[in-house]
Amino acid sequence: MKITTTKKGRLTVLGAVAIGASVALAGCASGDPLDSGSGESASGDALVVGSQAYYSNEIIAELYAQSLEEAGYTVEREYQIGQREVYVPELEDGSIDVFPEYTGNFAQFLDDSVTEGSPEEVEEALAAALPDGLTSLPIAEANDQDSYTVTQEFSEENGITSLADLEDYDGTLTVGAPPENETRPYGPPGLKSVYGVDVQSTGIDDGGGPLTVKALLDGSVQLADVYTSSPLIAENDLVVLDDPENLILPQNVVPIVSDRVDQGAQDAIDAVNEVLTTEDLQMLNAKSTEDKETSAAIATEYLTDKGLL
Amino acid sequence: MNYLLDALGWIADPAHLSGPDGIPTRMAEHLLYTLVAVALASLVAIPAGYLIGHTGKGRTVAVALTGGVRALPTVGVVFLLALLMGIGSTPPVIAFVVLAIPSVLAGAYSGFEAVDRATIDAARSMGMTERQIVAKVEVPLGLPLLIGGIRSATLQVVATATVAAVVGAGGLGTYIFRGLRSNDYVQMLAGSILVIVVAIVLEVVFATVQRLVVPAGVTAGRPTDSRAPTLRSRASETPLQEGTQ
Repeated sequence: MKITTTKKGRLTVLGAVAIGASVALAGCASGDPLDSGSGESASGDALVVGSQAYYSNEIIAELYAQSLEEAGYTVEREYQIGQREVYVPELEDGSIDVFPEYTGNFAQFLDDSVTEGSPEEVEEALAAALPDGLTSLPIAEANDQDSYTVTQEFSEENGITSLADLEDYDGTLTVGAPPENETRPYGPPGLKSVYGVDVQSTGIDDGGGPLTVKALLDGSVQLADVYTSSPLIAENDLVVLDDPENLILPQNVVPIVSDRVDQGAQDAIDAVNEVLTTEDLQMLNAKSTEDKETSAAIATEYLTDKGLL
Repeated sequence: MNYLLDALGWIADPAHLSGPDGIPTRMAEHLLYTLVAVALASLVAIPAGYLIGHTGKGRTVAVALTGGVRALPTVGVVFLLALLMGIGSTPPVIAFVVLAIPSVLAGAYSGFEAVDRATIDAARSMGMTERQIVAKVEVPLGLPLLIGGIRSATLQVVATATVAAVVGAGGLGTYIFRGLRSNDYVQMLAGSILVIVVAIVLEVVFATVQRLVVPAGVTAGRPTDSRAPTLRSRASETPLQEGTQ
């Protein structure tokens, strides 16, 4: 009996502690812990710019942020916010106002029936799939997507500049790609059904990085799946094969903005997006991966260069 | 439980039992990596280990070196070598040889060390040359521990040979990494199960071989022997425990 009483007593104490803690936490929740500058009058109007935990995405976010500041807006930066599952709810509830996204993947995240299309079609599909309160601004020419690349030499020798040219190539074609390529719609089965090309896949697990490119340069593989924004493309004079049938889902850079982003702010973001090309993105990424510059320095340099600062 | 059943179903699926990506091919690649790596490691480590064991010199250096090598992450070694040499089967084989050497080396020298000093002195007093002592006393008596070292090296390589797949060099790791990257956990688990099966089969083979090579009347390498434990047999158990970690 004594033991039972002690247990009950402990439970009561635990319960009291739990309730106390909940009340205390609830008190905290009424103030937004992320809203650090709520004391100042200006920051009430501050636009929050977010980015994924992906260095290239952060650079784009910083481009938007600095362009907004140049236009006179106050900006708060919330960078490196992991995956879509985390930041999309924040976009929806208005905690973030500006977020650089990629058309195909984001459209697919919102509506998994989006599986193919031209850049414009995917842009429209994305606009249609966006929840109320969010808008997509016009896409940039820049994209960051899987691509099949070949060496300059291979391209010239065989007259191959497009995936459609591969059908006439005599000889076996092997693609060096991350292991998942084999099962993706744009992988070997897609190349076969859309372009009539038989390719074998060699899984190289470095995300289209240096090892994949080395395998391509060594001739171990004839094709390599490299992201279009990769600095390795320019560095090694690789040729990105055209994809006239849109086998690969386009991933153009697209700013997603909340209703708080007014016309002036939209224009400031558009100004960046209008000039941003895939080659620019490669160059900006190289400054981060090779020269180890910060996203802020990279953005300032680029915007100054383009006459936007 | 569902995943497990699905994985077993995946293994039994006739579509996965043939072709260049079929289970027999991948398993053969996996076994070939293991055998080649352990064979090459033995070629290097057994003479070196015998030299250390017989002379008693260089043990500290060998222990420090192999200890350091054990700490090398094999997947990193594979990537590094592939960046230097290009993709293909050479970088993984070298990395697996590096992985296998410490265990084989330890088995070789501790096999010699486990031989009772009195036995060696007796052999010497009978007029055996150093060469004869090595060939007729130390090698046969140290054999169980050497096989133990090769056994644990094999087990390590079988488990680690999965990383050959990260540089497109095949093996059972192909299923594991492809499954991992495309969220196909059934395929991933199937690959893991196949690796486990290969490991268990090799273990049984080695356990049998290890029993068979024990010369009559020798207790070393037979930890389960009911005879009174001696210093010799206790010393001989150490590398076995190390290997099974």
